Amino acid sequence: MIEAIFFYVFSAVLIGSAAWVISSRNPVHSVLALILAFFNAAGLFVMLGAEFLAMIMVIVYVGAVAVLFLFVVMMLDIDFVKLKAGLVKNAFVGFIVGGVLLAEFVWMYLRWGMSQVTPHVMMPTPDMAQVNNTQALGMVLYTHYVYLFQISGLILLVAMIGAITLTHRRRPDNRTQKVAIQVARNPKDVLKVEKITSGSGVH
Amino acid sequence: MIKSFITPELMPAFPEISLAIAAMLILLFGISRKEEDYNSVSNLSMLALAAVFMTLCKFCTETATTFNGMFIADAFGAFMKALVVTGSFVSIMLAAKYVERQRIMRFEYPILILFATLGMMLMISANDLIALYMGLEMQSLPLYVLAAMQRDTVRSTEAGLKYFVLGALSSGMLLYGASLIYGYTGATGFDAISTALAGHPAGLGIIVGMVLLLSGLAFKISAVPFHMWTPDVYEGAPTSVTAFFAIAPKLAALALLTRTFMGPFGHLADQWRQVVVVISVASMVLGSVAAIGQNNIKRLLAYSSIGNMGYALVGLAAASPAGVQAIMIYAAIYMVMTIGAFAVVLMMKQKDRMVEQISDLSGLGDRQPLLALAMTIMMFSMAGIPPLAGFFGKLFIFQAAIGSGLYTLAVLGVLASVIGAYYYLRIIKVMYFETAGDDVIDKASDGRLNLLLGISSALIVLFIVFPGPLLTSAADAAQSLFK
Repeated sequence: MIEAIFFYVFSAVLIGSAAWVISSRNPVHSVLALILAFFNAAGLFVMLGAEFLAMIMVIVYVGAVAVLFLFVVMMLDIDFVKLKAGLVKNAFVGFIVGGVLLAEFVWMYLRWGMSQVTPHVMMPTPDMAQVNNTQALGMVLYTHYVYLFQISGLILLVAMIGAITLTHRRRPDNRTQKVAIQVARNPKDVLKVEKITSGSGVH
Repeated sequence: MIKSFITPELMPAFPEISLAIAAMLILLFGISRKEEDYNSVSNLSMLALAAVFMTLCKFCTETATTFNGMFIADAFGAFMKALVVTGSFVSIMLAAKYVERQRIMRFEYPILILFATLGMMLMISANDLIALYMGLEMQSLPLYVLAAMQRDTVRSTEAGLKYFVLGALSSGMLLYGASLIYGYTGATGFDAISTALAGHPAGLGIIVGMVLLLSGLAFKISAVPFHMWTPDVYEGAPTSVTAFFAIAPKLAALALLTRTFMGPFGHLADQWRQVVVVISVASMVLGSVAAIGQNNIKRLLAYSSIGNMGYALVGLAAASPAGVQAIMIYAAIYMVMTIGAFAVVLMMKQKDRMVEQISDLSGLGDRQPLLALAMTIMMFSMAGIPPLAGFFGKLFIFQAAIGSGLYTLAVLGVLASVIGAYYYLRIIKVMYFETAGDDVIDKASDGRLNLLLGISSALIVLFIVFPGPLLTSAADAAQSLFK
């Protein structure tokens, strides 16, 4: 009973905030609604017993992605009204393409059949009563999937090199702070104390 | 519950592991230099690729899998990796003068090529759907960056962005297909998928998954209808990067396509053959027809590469050992021709300014007969005129198609190649029969380009005299996929 209540609360807020994301006029509100949606999705994951996914959802999507969105929205001067202007014009084509794709998948799922192929499970999911899923993931991630884990590391390295290559530039006219010179300055060379008689000003 | 962990066998992946370590060390070297030191980094990268090439043949005789069957080293892989590593080596060599002239001498350039090469090698050796995807991303990511390398020009930035967005779209399709395949077979490993599919009539879900996977991979070899990005990216990216795009990644994606569809989906050949035939005919026809109206030589070569991938797919449609052998021979010859053609494009400068219009080549036959001769050889070979190597590449492909009873496909292929001959011959006509104005191509100043052009011309011309080594090694390598 109490589970059902939580499920419906999480689901309703999730769907409501998702609708808010795309209907809000203010992009900052959209991002905030997106964060709310992520939290509720995480709640649903916890109820399913997938606490690892829930935590990842909060850390990655809320902690990094959504905050990044917020920065982008607030720091870049994007005219969202102009962006949306093309929406109505292209909506027709979009609906046709989307409709065809939807029809295809509906057709496919209507004829869904599992029987032709024997279920062939390579790695059975461990019993949840014995081991929680964070532990279970950890046990295969660094053993069975060590190869993929290492390649992911390399891909992230490449992403880092790429980001630096595309954005970093040496500016010869850059005025950077040179601490050594600042520290070495002598007050006697740069400061002059003058007595000013009132009414005559500084020459 | 805790299973004992056995360290995986590392030797089959020795070339990949050494390349990864070498790339990271060279990166450290590049960073530690006070000034941008493009030349040393580029030389070191070439050295690393040469060293990796030497280690490849440790695995050209027997088949070994490691990392729980996710990685496979066999003769087919060794052959394709040899092509890819050679292609990357040549791409760094081709770039030397060009990047200096275009002021994109950044030491990350060769390092990104090294990482892309590593990705390609992982793709070729992928024996698991997840490994396939990881290899593909590892290869694509550096390519996006390389395309946008010349960031003060709009065209290059646009090329990088376009490539990135469409690449992400294709990855999405590929992943969706992979997840359907996983859902219906319960496995991501190629061997397990193969066992799960053997002896059953194919389910609809599997076929949809397989076609989505095929679409994602067709994007990477820019086969029609997933080719839209190619002309724009080829034109916009710096020419040396375009050369790299045309030479190496195409071959890796072709190898991956061949391994995936001859291996785990080999049982469903009748299902995917229809799709491959359509894609291949569309690519051959579009590659020939759309190239006719092009004036920019980089765009022309983009359409030419679309067409060439169409021919290679004919070999895949044959779905036989002869077909695989033909693909490998075609890939090798395609690579040599592309290297030659791009060496010429990289030499096209007038008064120290790069030009890329076909009309800029006019009068080349009079002023620089040797360069014009080399370009003529490349163009004749691409058009498939005997006795040059390009003719034999196409010959083996069509033979394999006929061997599998695909007569219509073979006839369409020959027709497309006749249409395609028009625009190759047009370049020759421009070089020899059109008079140049005051502007002619400068005398070549880069010895490396001359050397590469000479070697590739010699290989194309002499293939008919010494076809043996390529034919036998391709035949042996093709056999390894059918054990």
